[in-house]
Amino acid sequence: MILAGPTGADSLVIRAARVLDPGEGLDATLDVRIDEGVITRIGNDLDAGDLRMVDAGGMLLAPAFIDPHVHLRTPGREVDETIESGTAAAAAGGYCAILAVPNTEPVVDDPNLLRGLRARAVEEARVPVGFLAALTKDQDGEELTEMGALADAGAAGFTDDGRPVASAGVMRRALQYNAITGLTIAVHCEEQSLTRGGHAHAGAVATELGIGGWPSLGESLMVARDIDLAGDTGQAVHLMHLSARESVEHLRRAHVAGVRASAEATPHHLCLTDEAIRTLDTDFKMNPPLRTESDRTALIDAVRDGTIAAIATDHAPHSPEAKNAPFESAPFGVIGLETAFSSLYTELVESGLLSLETLLVRMSAGPAAIFGLERPRIAVGERANVTLIDTAGSWRVKPETLRSRSLNSWLLGRRLRGRICLTVAAGAVAHDGIAQSSLVSA
Amino acid sequence: MTDLRVVGGDLLPPESDRRHLLSIADLTGDDVERLLSTAHSFALSQERDTKKLPTLRGRLILNVFYESSTRTSSSFELAAKRLSADTMTLKSTGSSVDKGESLKDTALTLSAYDPDVIVLRHPQAGAAQFVSQVTEARVVNAGDGKHQHPTQALLDLFTIKEAFGRLDGLHVAIVGDVVHSRVARSLVQALRLVGAEAILVGPPALLPTGLAPATHDISAIADADVVYVLRMQKERMLPGANFVPSLREYTERWGITPARVREGQRVMHPGPMNRGVEIDARVADSDASLVVEQVRAGLVVRMAVLYDLLTSGPVAVETTMEVA
Repeated sequence: MILAGPTGADSLVIRAARVLDPGEGLDATLDVRIDEGVITRIGNDLDAGDLRMVDAGGMLLAPAFIDPHVHLRTPGREVDETIESGTAAAAAGGYCAILAVPNTEPVVDDPNLLRGLRARAVEEARVPVGFLAALTKDQDGEELTEMGALADAGAAGFTDDGRPVASAGVMRRALQYNAITGLTIAVHCEEQSLTRGGHAHAGAVATELGIGGWPSLGESLMVARDIDLAGDTGQAVHLMHLSARESVEHLRRAHVAGVRASAEATPHHLCLTDEAIRTLDTDFKMNPPLRTESDRTALIDAVRDGTIAAIATDHAPHSPEAKNAPFESAPFGVIGLETAFSSLYTELVESGLLSLETLLVRMSAGPAAIFGLERPRIAVGERANVTLIDTAGSWRVKPETLRSRSLNSWLLGRRLRGRICLTVAAGAVAHDGIAQSSLVSA
Repeated sequence: MTDLRVVGGDLLPPESDRRHLLSIADLTGDDVERLLSTAHSFALSQERDTKKLPTLRGRLILNVFYESSTRTSSSFELAAKRLSADTMTLKSTGSSVDKGESLKDTALTLSAYDPDVIVLRHPQAGAAQFVSQVTEARVVNAGDGKHQHPTQALLDLFTIKEAFGRLDGLHVAIVGDVVHSRVARSLVQALRLVGAEAILVGPPALLPTGLAPATHDISAIADADVVYVLRMQKERMLPGANFVPSLREYTERWGITPARVREGQRVMHPGPMNRGVEIDARVADSDASLVVEQVRAGLVVRMAVLYDLLTSGPVAVETTMEVA
């Protein structure tokens, strides 16, 4: 089992929802009955009996989401996020599972540390968590971790996220050796000799603002290298948080050539361009940086046609103390778990750039397939992993209502369409915003 | 997507009557004209025996410098004194800045003195804007990273206007390390505001794209009315960056020598100069040079900026004393 966390046995009936599971070919107004955490009936006019009845009134019931890229900051920076707060944020965002990256303090490069985190997740997590382990010891890019032992201890995959594996030779050895685990290697593509001193996309906006540039080439060169290494070794590679058009073009060629390469894109790269940094607001500072409209369009096209099969938040909490600083001294990263669906629904689905079905697949079945997780399905006999969304409703992103311990959201103050009302993760009600939603609609 | 954004809880709401000078991009052509005209009046006042004016008596102007500076900090200090304001200059050496105090905490500490203006120089882009958000003072950006140095651009316009009698239609060649230069960024914007043209000349890797027409060919300076020479900012270059192979090669190809200055051209430099690197000493000391005029302009333009921020518009309302 890759995921560690609660297993619930909640029972309820969700009545008159638009049940939409593209993987099951399901799109109809139906009732769904969950008994002791398992979907037992899907149909019309189901008897609720003594069970809690949620009248969905046409709201959307979809397979809950999986986020393959979350910084839980635990261990080491619990002031910014904990397993409890991060998974509460995930549940509030409609997620039934998340994968945590290992660039913590200390780095998760040791089987015992990994076992400890998994045990804590069973105690504290609101939704199941998979823990990615480091690819190299201390993420120094030089010496491979004990990938076999880490796999045995329950690693969800391997990554040195936060930094690249600078050496092509080390990356090649990691890919070769990973044949023994069958887990996924995820890579942060950054050629640091091109990005050193960079704080924003090397383009017109950074030039005008005098901010050090982080060029597209800094990503796409590394994407090309890792695709070629995956092809050479016959192993799979997952490219994290793609931001540049050139990277997407490399990935398309890789798929034509039959290389086993997958990729993810983040809500912020899909919704924003580097124009946003003109305010010098540090909640628009992320790594890789926001790029141009041409890059954003390429990412949206790739998400639409499946070249990029997963949406990942790269949820990166930083305390206000760290972010409340001049642009160049602030750390990279923004939070995204609680706003991912709503921001993409508002910016891409409502504007006609992406279908709702595709968005749901990229947020759930897509990441599940890449990391070898079971796809959340709305089907009888399945453990319930569903989220109920009021797509007609809107909500304002406010600091006081975010579950994350950090407030570094680029959406603070924004009103978004698409409200997550209920999340059932592994059979447990992990987020229950039904009460608030009736207040909103009243 | 940012228009509806609210500021964080610990930031102050925007105040329409509290003005700052953070970037040339915030100014209109009328603003520039007014500031240059005010500076001109102050220049006349500085020809009198008694140079001190009572205009800003009782006001407090804090100069906070996180980077070394000679002419900017001294001219702000003198500008404040000539306007009878109280002034104090804090440099990073010997203050809490060296003890790792955050910019926010330093700004809040200084705010306790109720300064009317904070003049800030800081090595990072956006620092002045940041301080304007966490304090109630008006903020003058005296240089933030590679971003902006608006009073330098204004004093350069003033100098050019005094020398040529006009700004409209003039050509200015900005030569050297443009990529790392806040002076160049501000000046290009300022020249555009007054109808003058800029061309950028220097080593390819030191020329940004998209700011203004650019070329590596030094002969392009021949068409310019003003050759504006930038300092080769070695301290801004990261180790191993290799923007140019050597200073010697830079000087050979882009150094401003007497042979490269044509009759009638004027030469400017924001200082401090590396004589023998980007500018030949014979050029720096020639009649073509406006370097000393720039320093003089620095004083009166900064007087004009302080005066403008503290006496124009609804700001005066704030000075009403409350009677207990």
